[in-house]
Amino acid sequence: MMTKYFLKSRMSLQLTNRAKPVDRRPMNWLERLYLWNIAKGMAITLKHFFSKKVTVQYPEQTRSFSKVFRGLHILNRDEEGRERCTACGLCAVACPAEAITMEAAERKEDEVHLYREEKYAARYEINMLRCIFCGYCEEACPKDAIYLSQTFTPANYQRKGFIYKKEDLLIPNPLTDKEAYEKALGTIKAKNQKV
Amino acid sequence: MFLLAIDWSLILEKLILIALIIVLCMIVAMYATYAERKIAAFIQDRHGPNRAGPFGLLQPLADGGKLFFKEEIIPLASSKFLFVLGPMLAMITALITSAVIPWGTSAMIAGKTVPLQVADINVGVLYIFAVVSMGVYGIMIGAWASNNKFSLLAGIRGASQMISYELAMGLSLIAILMISGSLQMSEIVNQQRGGALGDFMSWNIWKQPLGFLIFFICALAECNRTPFDLPEAENELNMGYHQEYSSMKLGFYLFAEYINMFMSGVLMATLFWGGYDIPFVNESKLAESIGHNWVAFLSFSMLMIKACISIFIFVWIRWTVPRFRFDQLMHLGWKRLVPLALLNMLITAAIVLWLNK
Repeated sequence: MMTKYFLKSRMSLQLTNRAKPVDRRPMNWLERLYLWNIAKGMAITLKHFFSKKVTVQYPEQTRSFSKVFRGLHILNRDEEGRERCTACGLCAVACPAEAITMEAAERKEDEVHLYREEKYAARYEINMLRCIFCGYCEEACPKDAIYLSQTFTPANYQRKGFIYKKEDLLIPNPLTDKEAYEKALGTIKAKNQKV
Repeated sequence: MFLLAIDWSLILEKLILIALIIVLCMIVAMYATYAERKIAAFIQDRHGPNRAGPFGLLQPLADGGKLFFKEEIIPLASSKFLFVLGPMLAMITALITSAVIPWGTSAMIAGKTVPLQVADINVGVLYIFAVVSMGVYGIMIGAWASNNKFSLLAGIRGASQMISYELAMGLSLIAILMISGSLQMSEIVNQQRGGALGDFMSWNIWKQPLGFLIFFICALAECNRTPFDLPEAENELNMGYHQEYSSMKLGFYLFAEYINMFMSGVLMATLFWGGYDIPFVNESKLAESIGHNWVAFLSFSMLMIKACISIFIFVWIRWTVPRFRFDQLMHLGWKRLVPLALLNMLITAAIVLWLNK
């Protein structure tokens, strides 16, 4: 009687409908023999033996990310392969982790095909150990120059390997390496469509 | 001068056979570790080792190579001679069980009949008992020589466990001996082949199902396999008796465990499942059509298949059943298995007596 009442009061507190009341009956003869229960347990493990494996075989297969995943940064170029960044420093200001460092320089006459604006970033570094991948730089950028891609930080043996230079961050040139450019851009496009 | 007339061809034959069997044991033990990892992974919904070679088949080689190149540490406070002796004993006792096992029907090489058995002694079962009970020394000596409290506890546990379960094991075997009336392994196998009831119906398992169950449980305990792996209980004793061991000495202990597993599989097949007998096949008739050596090979393969099935079951049990508490272990051994084995023995004795009257 008491247990019944107890069970009922528990039921009213139920948070999910997966809860099962615990069976506290004394073991019967078959259960006390232990062998039968081992056989039942072995049936369960045998079922798992043939079941589908959940492992993602990492280097060959990768898990798909959501469209808004924030991975490593990309410095964007325009259609003519010119760097979009004008070294305004808004990303560095927006960065809560102070991971971005840059140095500006003025574009020369013969560099028009390299840089879109009159001022460009001569040096642009992101310290990936400081970066928290919040995406504020992406939001702050007025020139569509910086994006967070869908690749994530690879491992490195040394700390200095995590300070990414401009060469590491720049998207491939669409004029010389169209395929790689489209590949890198594809993820950004998909991301922008979602947003 | 002819007092020592030695048949050198016999010695050569036996030496080759011994070498082959040792190599076989090693390979089986190697791939038993692979099977263990693979089966464990599959049971836990994982893939297991799959990087070294196709399906990870070279994994045992990689493991062995790793163990060989590990630094060898002998603790300062250990008893050095015994510390080295421990893994050697474990390995030797695991291997010499194979001497009396009939591995298949005899082969014909150069017009000579070569039995696939190293020593067909007439006290085969007794010999196996002697060797199995020596197996405890490897663990005990290694554990004591390590001069480590966990190892010592493990050694004590191992010794008491093995002694307790040997009793029930012996009693369950006595029933087999009553049926066969012989201690000779080849004779026990021969009696299980053919017979009036049809080929595989004369296997001892049909006459001694309870005896087999007891023997199987005791074999698990003798091999220190879960649920009886108290001597190496990882979460209580930090790997127990091989805690202080490193490099290939540790490898020897681990290998010895898998060889023991293989050996008990072969032993169970030999004593209860008809040995190398191929079910539904009359071997002597087959030998006339495809030749003696092929039948020897097939019968040997049959024994291997039977042993592999029992290795699979051993591993399957390991990844299903949790470890016993020590008092539960002793309770099961002394209060359940020994009386049960005695009862089985008495019933068998009564039936044998009644049938022979």
